[in-house]
Amino acid sequence: MKQRIVVIGNGMVGHSFIEKLVASPQGQDFEIHTFCEEPRLAYDRVYLSSYFSGKTAEDLSLVKPGFYEQNQIQVYLGDKAVSVDTDLKQVTSAKGKVVAYDQLIMATGSYPFVPPIKGNDRSGCLVYRTIEDLQAIQASAERGRVGVVVGGGLLGLEAAKALNDLGLETHVVEFAPRLMPVQLDDGGAALLKRKIEKLGVKVHCSKATTEIIDGENCLNKMVFADGEELETDIVLFSAGIRPRDDLAKEMGLELGPRGGIVIDNQCRTSIQDIFAIGECALHDGMIYGLVAPGYAMAQAVVDQLNDDSAEFTGADMSTKLKLMGVDVASIGDPHGTDENALCYVYENGPEEVYKKLVVSPDGKKLLGAVLVGDAEDYGNLLQLKLNDMELPDHPDSLILPSRDGEASSLFGPEALPETAQLCSCYDVSKGDVIQAVESGCCTMADIKSCTQAATGCGGCAQLVSNVLNHELSKRGHEVNTDICEHFAHTRQELFHICQVEEIKTFDELLHSHGKGHGCEICKQASGNIFASLWNSYALEKDKIPLQDTNDNYLGNMQKDGTYSVIPRVPGGEITPDKLIVLGEVAKEYKLYTKVNGGQRIVLFGAQMNDLPAIWQKLLDAGFESGQAYAKALRTVKSCVGSTWCRYGLDDSVTMAIDMENRYKGLRAPHKIKMGVSGCTRECAEAQAKDIGLISTESGWNLYVCGNGGMKPRHADLFATELTQEEVFRYVDRLLMFYIKTADRLQRTATWLDNLEGGLSYLQQVVIEDSLGIGDELESQMASIRESYQCDWQRAISQPEYRQRFRSFVNVDSPAPQLFVQERGQIRPATEQEKLDGIAVEIREIA
Amino acid sequence: MQAFEKVCSLNELVANSGVAALVKGRQIALFYLDDQVYALDNYDPAGKAYVLSRGMLGSLGEALVVASPLYKDHFNLQTGQCLEKPELSVEVFDAKIEDGNVWVSVE
Repeated sequence: MKQRIVVIGNGMVGHSFIEKLVASPQGQDFEIHTFCEEPRLAYDRVYLSSYFSGKTAEDLSLVKPGFYEQNQIQVYLGDKAVSVDTDLKQVTSAKGKVVAYDQLIMATGSYPFVPPIKGNDRSGCLVYRTIEDLQAIQASAERGRVGVVVGGGLLGLEAAKALNDLGLETHVVEFAPRLMPVQLDDGGAALLKRKIEKLGVKVHCSKATTEIIDGENCLNKMVFADGEELETDIVLFSAGIRPRDDLAKEMGLELGPRGGIVIDNQCRTSIQDIFAIGECALHDGMIYGLVAPGYAMAQAVVDQLNDDSAEFTGADMSTKLKLMGVDVASIGDPHGTDENALCYVYENGPEEVYKKLVVSPDGKKLLGAVLVGDAEDYGNLLQLKLNDMELPDHPDSLILPSRDGEASSLFGPEALPETAQLCSCYDVSKGDVIQAVESGCCTMADIKSCTQAATGCGGCAQLVSNVLNHELSKRGHEVNTDICEHFAHTRQELFHICQVEEIKTFDELLHSHGKGHGCEICKQASGNIFASLWNSYALEKDKIPLQDTNDNYLGNMQKDGTYSVIPRVPGGEITPDKLIVLGEVAKEYKLYTKVNGGQRIVLFGAQMNDLPAIWQKLLDAGFESGQAYAKALRTVKSCVGSTWCRYGLDDSVTMAIDMENRYKGLRAPHKIKMGVSGCTRECAEAQAKDIGLISTESGWNLYVCGNGGMKPRHADLFATELTQEEVFRYVDRLLMFYIKTADRLQRTATWLDNLEGGLSYLQQVVIEDSLGIGDELESQMASIRESYQCDWQRAISQPEYRQRFRSFVNVDSPAPQLFVQERGQIRPATEQEKLDGIAVEIREIA
Repeated sequence: MQAFEKVCSLNELVANSGVAALVKGRQIALFYLDDQVYALDNYDPAGKAYVLSRGMLGSLGEALVVASPLYKDHFNLQTGQCLEKPELSVEVFDAKIEDGNVWVSVE
């Protein structure tokens, strides 16, 4: 008999509890039911504001498609639990559903606190918690011009970003004398305020709102205690949260004096078999408004249900985040409440960096820290605090910049105890990472998918990667990144060697840096590097041995040794005349034709000796090679866009054609695909491409490093509201940076997943030009673009190249190939069909 | 006495790569590597197509090999043995360079 677990609330913590329970050792022994008041399953509230910078409700979802169905979890969606009979142990819902439980989990979360100000229920007065709230904000924003956020805390600033993204004149009103009063000190808050105001958000501190009345130019007017006024259309309350404990109160559960369901260290409430977790729970007088402690509570309950002793003994409230592009971090007690505590402050005016350490009176232990403008030290400092580690002799060295170019590594990953928590979002310890390494993980991408570390806020990525590398090298894993047995280098190193030493042939490279005769791995990598660096041509005599057959014969070899021919059809736009030519060529050479996934038409079954003649006919009609055989730009898929579509916001076809012509022929570590959609309906599936563009009312949103294929990955939103010129600049830089730094056969998706610093690092390099290489990258791209030539044109231009396409070196006849006919076209004969004698040669086909 | 047949001029081959030839009705793959010519059956028994001549050359350990363009199985240029699948091999033929021409013996 399975135990029935009922979870009230399907927010981040409720869902996390279910995920953890299903994955637990006795996961199969539970029958799980969950009530979800909202119309959709759990989604990421931490990144709520990204809804306004392009993410959809689906993107924000935390539930893997099919998870609840596959695990037979009963979900009551859009149905709220309204009463619980704790004697009969059953829950009744708003829709009249009655569900009995063995164990009940209260995960009812919190609601936004709306200060009791007169007029707080006027039109335009909103809160920021659910996707429905966001939709209401969006609707109001369309009618308004100005938005005010009440509350300058963590959530308030997130909300301000949302209003700013919506294009509103944005204000933040904070009651306290500084922003983020709980987490920051005066110095840090002052810098944060300066930086945020630079972004166009006006910050008003020490302001108490007394009432909200009719506005003159806007919908509303806020009146402050000091007599000042502020006209606004939207008033967004983000002044903290309150636990949702109304149901708990009716049930008779013990509540705290200011609300919250009282729980003990086992997360048990005052009534047997009822637990409470997350923001509705009051532990030791504390409501935790962060998600990580909620996850920890969920884990504690799951452990107990698995007959394991587990406790929740409070959580660290340290936090690191990016607020409107500003790095902010707070650790422990940043205010130095202990009056004997020692403080160290580093402030860099020109670079806008503020760092403060609060240290125990004996100078040995870290009590707290504030970082604004540069939060790179967060991971290290947090570990010092959490593990109560002893500080170095001069604690200020922890926050002072190192000017000698050496990265400051005051303590290595070795110094951390195995219990040290590296990732607080998913509670991953150093021990967990070590275990993952022992089970065979050896890249950041492996670690991410195995432990989920660094997949939440990402703040721990650097630290996790350090631990990973340390563990690998400790195991003598010597992290063998050699490309193959012939070169003791990675592709990236070979790239730099060739660039610096101006090496242009494989023989030169092999003799100076390698051994043996090479192999298909290092040869192709070198050929690809030469093509990227020097735009060398595949059919040059010394390049032929470096290319796979697809590159050598400028077509894709099919299973029977014939080739496919794919001319470029930029953006998928093709004239009737050109379509007719494709049909005529296919008929003449009896080729099988099919439209492929990239909006192009493929001619299959071309014999090697026919290729030059086929190309000639296509070239004469104005086609060029589509480079479908190369590690290069393939296709830029587009929807029909604003020229025809009723919904299109911009001309996606022209944009796609421009993109395709700009990057055609560019050789890269792997193929590159792009997509351009004319509106958010996303018909071109741009978010599944290496480079994706989606048109918005105010410009192009750029998505990067997506992937369909074997391991699909949604592209990340990289930059918003760009002009075409900006798109080109960013894409030039990004692709060139990819070409220079990626491993062989590494698509942009895995490249980004393995890139230290991830998306934000890439944004810094490309958008902010943090490495100072932007101009160089652009000019390299320009020189490659200028030397572009159609491969097919080149192949047939010289007799020496043309000769390569003879089937036999000593006889002028085609190689025999056997086909059968199906649905009016040819296809390669199977082995059985050859034996059965029903396969025929091409000349026998009418 | 082996009967060698003249197939082509050496300058029709490209160093470190292969071409196909038709000798006595058989498809032969000719590879030119380190001033030597190697001749193998052009049929890839793993991929079941006449494609070996279009594979890439190299060395794995001590062995000189060609990697089939279809599924990248490696065949030893001197013995014809497939490195990944011991049950597979291709026939090898004697070949030589004389007077700037390539000669192959197909019995």
